[in-house]
Amino acid sequence: MKNMIKQVFHSPKFVIGFVIFMFMLLTIIFYPLFVTADPLDMIGGLFNKPGTYLSVKDVVQADEYDLKINTVSANLNFISNEDRQNMADWLTRFGNVKKSEINISDVAALVKLWNKNYNSNADQTGLLAAEKQQYIRLNDKINKLTSSADVYIATKNNEGELESNSPLDSQAFVNTKDILNKKTFILGTDNFGRDVLTELVAAMGTSLKIGLVAGTTATLIGLILGLLSGYVGGTLDDFIMFITNIFTVIPSFILLVLISFSVGESARGVMLTASIIGITSWPWTTRSVRSQVISLRNRDHVNLSKLSGHSLPRIILTDILPYVASYVVMAFILQISSGILSEAQLSMLGLGPATTKVSTLGLMMNWAMAYKAPLSGAWWAFLPVILAITLISFSLNLMNTGLDQVFNPQLRD
Amino acid sequence: MKGYKKYYFNKIIWYVLTLIVAVMLNFLLPRLMPGNPVSAIAERASNGMTDQTAVQKVYEEYVKTFGIDKPLYVQFFQFVINLFKGDLGVSFTYYPRTVSDILAKSVWWTVCLQLPAILVGWFLGNLLGAVAAYIKGVWDKAILPAFLFLSNMPAFGMAILLLFFFGVYLKWFPTSLGYGYDLNPNMSLQFVGSVIYHYQLPFWSIVLITIGGQAIGMRSMSIYELNADYVKYSRFLGIKDRKVVKYVFRNAMLPQITGLALSLGTMVGGALVAEIIFSYPGLGTTLLAAITGRDYPLISGCTLIITIMVLIANLAVEILYGFIDPRVKAAQQE
Repeated sequence: MKNMIKQVFHSPKFVIGFVIFMFMLLTIIFYPLFVTADPLDMIGGLFNKPGTYLSVKDVVQADEYDLKINTVSANLNFISNEDRQNMADWLTRFGNVKKSEINISDVAALVKLWNKNYNSNADQTGLLAAEKQQYIRLNDKINKLTSSADVYIATKNNEGELESNSPLDSQAFVNTKDILNKKTFILGTDNFGRDVLTELVAAMGTSLKIGLVAGTTATLIGLILGLLSGYVGGTLDDFIMFITNIFTVIPSFILLVLISFSVGESARGVMLTASIIGITSWPWTTRSVRSQVISLRNRDHVNLSKLSGHSLPRIILTDILPYVASYVVMAFILQISSGILSEAQLSMLGLGPATTKVSTLGLMMNWAMAYKAPLSGAWWAFLPVILAITLISFSLNLMNTGLDQVFNPQLRD
Repeated sequence: MKGYKKYYFNKIIWYVLTLIVAVMLNFLLPRLMPGNPVSAIAERASNGMTDQTAVQKVYEEYVKTFGIDKPLYVQFFQFVINLFKGDLGVSFTYYPRTVSDILAKSVWWTVCLQLPAILVGWFLGNLLGAVAAYIKGVWDKAILPAFLFLSNMPAFGMAILLLFFFGVYLKWFPTSLGYGYDLNPNMSLQFVGSVIYHYQLPFWSIVLITIGGQAIGMRSMSIYELNADYVKYSRFLGIKDRKVVKYVFRNAMLPQITGLALSLGTMVGGALVAEIIFSYPGLGTTLLAAITGRDYPLISGCTLIITIMVLIANLAVEILYGFIDPRVKAAQQE
C-alpha cells in the first residue's frame, strides 16, 4: 500500500492534478476563516467592477496631502478609445473639422478640438435623440475630467446654513490607509451585488459536495451492479447488462431533465439534485467494473476460495473487491468531476438546486447569464466560474490519468 | 451477407426495445413523482394564462389527448397512439401552437448545428491525437495539457468564452439567434449568408470541445498500438513506416468509434446547453423556454425527440462499425 502511494506520487500528471486540487480545497477550507462575511450578502450593486470602493465621505474628511502631479493630463488618458472615436465622428460630421486634422492617439489635441467645436445645439441632422443625449453626456464627462476648478464641499453650520471651509483643489490627495470605510471586491460583484470571490469560494465548496454525493451514489450503484453482474453471471448478468446498456444509450442528460422537472421546484435542494445526478450516471461504472470482475472470476485464488466454501459476500469482499479497487477509485474521481459538470448544466437550464440559501457554480453561471453578464462586459461574473469548473474537472482528470498510468503500465509513454 | 443481415437485425431490434423503454420513462417519470405535473395541469392552466377561452381550450385539449382521468395503462396507450399520429399536445407557452409544430421547426437547427460540429470535431480531434502520438516530443508535450484542459471545459463555458471574445469584445460575429432578427426565413442569398454568419460561434464552440476529448483518447490509443508487438514485428520485417502507421491508426480508430457512440448522449447534452448561450433557435433554447414556462407538453416533446435523435445516431455509428471492424466482418462471413 505504502509502495503504491509512493509510486502514484511519482507520476507527474497525478502530482500536478493533486496540487491544483489541494490548492482549491485549501482555499475552500481556509478562505472563510479569514473572510467571515456571509458569501450571499448583497452589499454591492449590479455588476460592480472589481476594485476597491472607498467611502466618499471618508475621503472628503481624511487628511489631505499635496502631491505635485498634473492630474488633468493624466485624466485625459482615461478617455477610452471608443469615446475618442465617438468624438472624432462627431467632429467630422457636425463640427466642420477635416478628418486629417484629427489624430485619435493624441488625446490632448483631440480634447482641445472638441472643446472648441462641440456645441450641443449644433445642427445634428441624422442623429437619434438618444445619440444626441449620449454626446451631451460625453461632453460632461470630458469637462469633468479636464476641469481644474476647485470643488467645494459644504456642511451645515449651527444656523442650518451651508458653509464650506476650503476648496478641494486638484492637487489634493488622500492616503487610502487613512480611510476607514472601504471594501475591496477582488472579482467585483454579481447581479445581486454579492462579492464574486467570496461567493465563488463558497460555491466551489457546495459544488464539490454535490460532486462527492453524486459520485458516491453513482459509484456505489455501479459497483454493486457490476460485481453482481460480473461475478454471479447467468440470467442476472443478462438482466443487469440489458438495463445498463439501455441507460448507456438513453442520454443521462435527458433523464436528469425529466426527473429534476418532475420532483418539482419546492423539493429540489442541493442534496436531492446531487442524488438525482448520482442515480442517472452509474451505467458507465457498472460496465467497467463488470468487465474487470469477469477477468478475475476464474483466477486461481477465487476458485480456491470457492472450494473452501466461502460465502458469496466474503468472496466478493476479500477476493474480488481489492483487485477492482483501483478502477473503482478512478471511476469515482471521474464521477465527481462529471457530477459537478452535470449540476452546472442543469442549473443553466433552470433545473438546478432551487435554493437561495447557498450558491453553486451552476447557479452562479445561471444568474450571470440571466442578467446578460457577457453582453454588459461583466467578465468577472462568469469567467472565474468557468475557470473554477474547468480547473476542478481538469485536476481530477489529471489525477485520474496519472493513476491510470500507474495501474496500467501499458499506457505509460 | 446473410450474417450481416442477422447482425443488423439484432441491432435494430435492440434499439427499438431501448426506444420503447425511453418512451415509457418519458411517460412514467413525470407521472410517478410527487407534485405530479400532469395532475397539476388544471391549476397551471388557470393561473398561467390570462385569456379565459385559451385556458378552457388548453384544458379540454389536454383532458382529451392525455385522458388524465383514466387509469395509467390506458393513458400510456393513448400517449403512444398520439405519438404515432405525431400529436404531442398543445404548448402552454406558445399557445395555440402544437408541440410537434414547434419541434419540427427547431429540430433542424439543432441537427444542422450539432451533426456537422460533432463530426468535424471528432475528425480533427482524432487527427491531432494521432499526430501527437506519432510525432511525440515537444509537440506532444505542449499539446496534451492543452487538449486535456479543453476537454474538461464545459461546452457552455467554451460557448461563453467565444461569445465574449469574438462576439462582445472583437464584435466579429453576432452574439445571439440563428439569423438576423430583421430577416424572414427564405432561400434568398441574404438569409443564407446571415445563417452562415450566425452559425460560426456555436459551431466552433462545439467543435473545440469535441476536439479536446477525442484527441486525448486517440493519442493514448495510438501510443498503445504503436507499442504493440505487430508493429515491432512489421518494422523488423522491413515494412515501410507509412504502411505500418496506416494499420496502427486503423486499429486505434475502432475504439474511438465505439467511444463516439458511448459519449454521444453526453456530447449532445452539453451542446444543447451551448445552444442556449447563443439563443440559437434549436432544441436547447426550446427546452429552456419550456422549463422556464413550466410547459410540460413541450418538455416531454423535447426530451423525446432528443432521445430519438441520439438513438438514431448511435444506431448509425453501430451500423458503420459493423462495416469497418474486421472482427465483425470475419464473424459474419463464417
